[in-house]
Amino acid sequence: MSGIWTIARVTLRESARRKLLWMALLAGGVLLAIFAIALHLQVLQFQGRSMSPFLRYQVESGMLIIGLYTCDLVAVVLTILASIDTLAGEIGSGTIHAIATKPLARWQIFAGKFLGFAVMVVVYVAVTFWATVGVAHAVAGVMPVHALRGMLLIMFECIIALSLSFLFGTWFTTLTNGVVVLGLQGVALMGGWLEQVSGFSQSAHIVTLGVISSLIQPGESLWRRAAYEMQTPLAGSLRFSPFANVSIPSMTAVAYAGFYLCVVMAAAVYHLHRRDL
Amino acid sequence: MPSSAHAVIETRELRKVFGSQVAVRGLSLTVPRGEIFGFLGPNGAGKSTSVKMLLGLVRPTGGHALVLGSPPEDPQVRRHVGFLPEDFRFYDWLSARELLELHGRLCGMSASRLRQRIPEILELVGLTPHRDRRLRGFSKGMLQRIGLAQAIIHEPQVVFLDEPTSGLDPMGRRTVRDILRAERERGATVFLNSHFLSEVEVTCDRVAFIKHGEVVAAHELGPETANDVRVSVRARSLGEEVVSGLGRWARDVRPTAEGLSLAVPSEEVLPDVVRHLVAAGADIYGLARQKTSLEELFVDIMGEDPGL
Repeated sequence: MSGIWTIARVTLRESARRKLLWMALLAGGVLLAIFAIALHLQVLQFQGRSMSPFLRYQVESGMLIIGLYTCDLVAVVLTILASIDTLAGEIGSGTIHAIATKPLARWQIFAGKFLGFAVMVVVYVAVTFWATVGVAHAVAGVMPVHALRGMLLIMFECIIALSLSFLFGTWFTTLTNGVVVLGLQGVALMGGWLEQVSGFSQSAHIVTLGVISSLIQPGESLWRRAAYEMQTPLAGSLRFSPFANVSIPSMTAVAYAGFYLCVVMAAAVYHLHRRDL
Repeated sequence: MPSSAHAVIETRELRKVFGSQVAVRGLSLTVPRGEIFGFLGPNGAGKSTSVKMLLGLVRPTGGHALVLGSPPEDPQVRRHVGFLPEDFRFYDWLSARELLELHGRLCGMSASRLRQRIPEILELVGLTPHRDRRLRGFSKGMLQRIGLAQAIIHEPQVVFLDEPTSGLDPMGRRTVRDILRAERERGATVFLNSHFLSEVEVTCDRVAFIKHGEVVAAHELGPETANDVRVSVRARSLGEEVVSGLGRWARDVRPTAEGLSLAVPSEEVLPDVVRHLVAAGADIYGLARQKTSLEELFVDIMGEDPGL
């Protein structure tokens, strides 16, 4: 097990040294500032009107969900961009040879690297999530209904993206891996929106298409479940935001994402074990 | 050939096919403990693929390989194996000391052992003044040195080195040579893949020549070599009948600018050769044993360069 920790530590150090992480944190900071200003302006506008505090709270918590959606999006993109090179690049350049000839099974190398990136992603999500929630609470006094559940689901979505990046990293070059994983993220996004739209249009075909897309990459359905957990029931039903409770992924969908993660991880480990380096 | 009971590396009919391309056709070789073994062949002969199979990086299509008596993919075997890949590269943000610490830890070395071993090994490869410098500032030669250091930090029983002197200046090459000899003294077996035949010649105990993915010849290097003795004769007045008369003792007689070059089965026949030449009226100015260089042997075995 010490080999896994050694690999995890060096991977974590590697990711922390990358400019990408700091740029992502900077981007998160800029987005947070924009969010804070927008929310503040909204609060000022509401103060000039005679609006019930209850309704104001609903609208402002809807804005918080938009802020958290931005966090989620940046975290997923960071996860993919930071990790696409770790296996694909090291296999391509031969850097992995010096590690893979050490007394470690290949699954241990995989586990160490995965753990290192997972820690980075989880910390990034926690920081940006609570920063957004903190700003929203300070400016408008709003809080997500189930903040912890929401954050864990966002982390889960990032871990799904990470597992796909690792899986295809055992197959493809860095560039191809990036294209495939971002493409799958696009499929997930499309699936989520199709399911959402189908709630309005009542089209069975669109529902089916959305479900199939979400089965191919279930990340976006995790976000929509997170949004459901975090927003107030009224804000969801007001159709104020695109995350209104039109099509809520069930706990079965979350369980499916867990199963999906296990299958992707097992396939990645199996392929890394079998392939020539 | 050495007895397989003492074999550290043993392959039988090892084969690797990539699609329709046969990279290694049927490699059979045995390397005993404590030997520096040279693995030679032209580009594309299958050397790197063979080494990768011996390290468990590439899966054989057929045949089998044993390193220290176990399949090379067994992580426990790799505890006793060191490897310097060709064109060694690693995370360039690590310092030399950090890189050795990482590799030592992966080999299962304790922190206290590493505290003692890292300064030793840095001194050995001549990088002590650069111990805290990041690898991104290292020259190719310095990377080779630190790569060699990570390969032997845990004092492995077998060391695989792929072009260890590539990018090194003459002083660096001498350092590597000394390290390889020290490894042999320690009892380690060294499997050396190199294009520097002059280096191989002075370092290795034995070489195998690989061509089209199979061993086509093996050659002992060193004083105990029992091959023909080649002799160069500085002489004049060498008529045709003089040369043809040498056939009783010598074979492969070649005229040279200064006289003759001939191969005899042993030094014992040289007095007879000289007597024959003198009796036939040749003027002899000198006679010297001529060592066949490994490069000549390589070209003899592999044939001329077919081009790319």
